Amino acid sequence: MESVAFIVLSILTVTSAAVVALPFVRNMVVCALALAVNLVSVAGLFFLLSSQFIGFLQVIVYAGAIMVVILFVLMLLSVDDEQHMGSSGFFQRYLGPLLAAGFVAIVGSTLVVSSQATAFPALPDSYGTVGALGRELFTRFFYPFEAISLLLVVAMIGAVLLAKRRL
Amino acid sequence: MPLGPEKFLMLSAVLFTLGVLGVLLRRGAISILMSIELMLNGANLSFITFARQYGQAEGQIYVFFIITLAAAEAALGLAIVIALFRLRESTDVDQLSLFKW
Repeated sequence: MESVAFIVLSILTVTSAAVVALPFVRNMVVCALALAVNLVSVAGLFFLLSSQFIGFLQVIVYAGAIMVVILFVLMLLSVDDEQHMGSSGFFQRYLGPLLAAGFVAIVGSTLVVSSQATAFPALPDSYGTVGALGRELFTRFFYPFEAISLLLVVAMIGAVLLAKRRL
Repeated sequence: MPLGPEKFLMLSAVLFTLGVLGVLLRRGAISILMSIELMLNGANLSFITFARQYGQAEGQIYVFFIITLAAAEAALGLAIVIALFRLRESTDVDQLSLFKW
């Protein structure tokens, strides 16, 4: 059951990521919707790894908020199609895919060599729940948490400043 | 076939690599931002996989922070894209050579 879900989710993830990344689909709105599919299927993988809270967060923040911002800017600027596809640089065009294939091959061969076909170990009941994460977040990770909220405020002000025509 | 960490790590490597390829091959500023989101997702997936493998909550907390950072990055990046579009009427990054001699 779980492995069937994993296979379906990984096929969805890889195909939608390929639609977003590889320069074959010109229509930007299609790319943005493929990114939404990708984010939701990665959230499904988080559920498979029993991290429920992060999975919900992924759906709400990524597939909700960030996708809405990206689609809003796409519609606002009405850049439906990319002007010219594919990079003009020699390195980017030929060496980049080659190095990418090499990276995947190296990681894959390492995983195959070191694989002991282990299953995941058993977990305590509280793993991945809001309670367990919140306790960590407000004790050990309290200062990083406050720093990240400060960063969100700074980013919000910066976005307004950048996008505003005249101050 | 039990689910082990290797399959998830392989998937996260593929996801990250596709994001890098998107940054290299795509020429629209918004597509490059979306490819950066793909890379962040690949990193998140490996964080969650290791958190699951070792039963620790830290990996999930880092992913929480990364998602927050990604939201800030998307807001700022798209604001920059809007400012550029106002200047150039285009989001093509090959035409943005203002700082290049």
